[in-house]
Amino acid sequence: MSEGTPGTAALVPPPEEPTLLGLHEMELNFGPQHPATHGVLRVVLKVDGERIVSARPDVGYLHRGTEKLFETETYPMVIPHTDRMDYVAAATNNHAYCLAVEKILGVEVPKRAQYIRVLLDEMQRVSSHLLWLATAAIDLGAITPFFYTFREREVILDLFEEYCGARLTLNCMRIGGLPVDLTPGWVERTQAFFETLEAKIDEYEDLLTENRIWKERTVGIGVLAADRCVAWGVTGPVLRAAGVAWDVRRALPYECYPELEFDIPVGKNADTYDRYLVRVAELRQSRRIALQCCDWLAKNPEGEIRGKVPRVIKPAAGMAYASVEAPKGELGFFLVSSGANKPYRLHVRAPSFVNLQSLPEMIRGHLVSDLVAVIGTYDIVLGEVDR
Amino acid sequence: MTLTLSEPLFNALLAVVKILFVWAMTLAALLPNLIWAERRVSGLIQDRPGPNRVGPLGLFQAVADVLKLMMKEDVVPLYVDKVLFTLAPLITLTPALVTFAVIPFGSSIPITWNGAVRDVPLVIADVNVGILYIFALTSLAVYGIVLAGWSSNDKYSLLGGVRASAQIISYELAMGFSAAGVFIAAGSLRLPAVVEWQHAHLWNVVPQFLGFVVFAVAIFAETNRIPFDLSEAEAELVAGYHTEYSSFRFAMFFMGEYANLIAASAVVTTLYFGGWSLPGVAFTGLWGGLASIAVFAVKTAAFIFLFLWVRWTLPRFRYDQLMELGWKVFLPLSFFHLIAVAAFVAASGR
Repeated sequence: MSEGTPGTAALVPPPEEPTLLGLHEMELNFGPQHPATHGVLRVVLKVDGERIVSARPDVGYLHRGTEKLFETETYPMVIPHTDRMDYVAAATNNHAYCLAVEKILGVEVPKRAQYIRVLLDEMQRVSSHLLWLATAAIDLGAITPFFYTFREREVILDLFEEYCGARLTLNCMRIGGLPVDLTPGWVERTQAFFETLEAKIDEYEDLLTENRIWKERTVGIGVLAADRCVAWGVTGPVLRAAGVAWDVRRALPYECYPELEFDIPVGKNADTYDRYLVRVAELRQSRRIALQCCDWLAKNPEGEIRGKVPRVIKPAAGMAYASVEAPKGELGFFLVSSGANKPYRLHVRAPSFVNLQSLPEMIRGHLVSDLVAVIGTYDIVLGEVDR
Repeated sequence: MTLTLSEPLFNALLAVVKILFVWAMTLAALLPNLIWAERRVSGLIQDRPGPNRVGPLGLFQAVADVLKLMMKEDVVPLYVDKVLFTLAPLITLTPALVTFAVIPFGSSIPITWNGAVRDVPLVIADVNVGILYIFALTSLAVYGIVLAGWSSNDKYSLLGGVRASAQIISYELAMGFSAAGVFIAAGSLRLPAVVEWQHAHLWNVVPQFLGFVVFAVAIFAETNRIPFDLSEAEAELVAGYHTEYSSFRFAMFFMGEYANLIAASAVVTTLYFGGWSLPGVAFTGLWGGLASIAVFAVKTAAFIFLFLWVRWTLPRFRYDQLMELGWKVFLPLSFFHLIAVAAFVAASGR
């Protein structure tokens, strides 16, 4: 990186004053290729020994210009691109985008499609949280939970594959509803999986929740109090671990969530350990929601899966914002239509990006070892940070 | 033709045979199998098969690994300190291998020589300061890591090296004090004497359980394995001290880790689990000698399994937490243990 490169001026550190002993703080380049940055995040650290004096996150290594790309694609063509943002939670991305377009079109989504969408969302949340648990544990040296959570995640991916043919980039929703109806027996298999999930979650908790080393590494690490979370615009489990019961599914209800019973788990201490507890509790709540959806779908095996959507989607000029509770936080799509068959502007409020801004504040004064705990606790996906 | 050997020559020959035997056991038999076992045990713990393609049950996996590493390009980065960079892997591997010199790996084997039967003790060198020798060597091993971290001229490696030195200082003392209890009880620094005392009385792990716990934890820290693998700490320091190493230089660190593991298990077995002895069993004669080697091997293997089990179960400590544990918990505990053992021995008037 040369000093003349445009846009990087802020990254060039000012010349520093030598301290009393003539010692400089060491600058440590953490990433973009690093085992614990969950992709290509770069953090430039100033360390005094191992204590972090300052941290500057540097994003953009996975920037693909997706938002600009949206403007060149017709409305249905945008959906597969949303898969590639938070690539471990494609369903919620599809969902948020479709909601925004449905809102501007004023399309009603049939009940059956709503339940299937919510079920897919919750399956996605479980698979995303399982992936988070796996990687956050591996960052702190606990290698084995990874294999346990991936065992369950595999079942979810198989179910996704059976439904829409893809495991990761699902492309599983359409404007106004769903691409296809469920395959026979899918609901029963999904139900059977969620019946067994509770015991599996207990198994993960056995490995970690009361583990002394796990607690020493997470309790009191990366505290971001409720007011600071709100100031940074942090959402999702990070915000809820600070004790704020803000969940888009309840706060700005969409689809059939008002008909479903579930609690919003909140933490107290706003630290890494509470975020772990909140996410594990969310696994259990997602299981609860998924089972309710399965029940409903088993009782209503027939029905429309797509609302009345025009063949060519050309919304009237205007604006719409719709958001869902993605596994990482509030995922919103802000859509500006000029009346053409392509979005005039489509802005994504990506929770990973917004949450990540608070990293310097969260990490200040901690040790290098805690940085991996803190990066892990955000549950960031760089595809969503950079878009 | 009758071969006549002078006494010193005969002793030298015996020593060479014993060295060859021990190294053959550790390097050719135990070490590759340990690498295989690590992967199979991790597979077992993680609900997956583990390597099972190379040879029967995947037993030749370690050979494949080492061959692969040997064929890799040996990258020496431009700005490393070449001398230290080359020496560091050797310094890590060597102490682990020479530790076995003082460990009694069996009782004794009768050998007829010049018409007389003599019992040959199954220990390479019966040094009268055996345990000091081991402590000296384990302290030496950390130099390999520190020098690797320093000479690599890489910030992550440097942090790894600094952590290793902090870690070794924190645990060396507690380890020494807890082991001292064993020697007070046995009344000797010779390791064969320690084993014989345990054979005659009872295994040290029973009366000196506290010492055993402290010693075992310290040994975990010494071998740089999870939960104490801070100098490597993949998620934090990329690969810590061996970030810049590749090819066979890396293989030497890799083998050094396992050789250390075997040595550490052998030391714990000797100090606390009666070495080659079994309560109430007298190992005499040729077969007794061989059986005692087998007993020693089984006990060591059990300890190695414990190492593997812990590694694949626990998360990693943070480096300040580890030092806190070493200085504030284990050091006072080992003090207390030493004083208690000494008081007991003095009171019983031995």
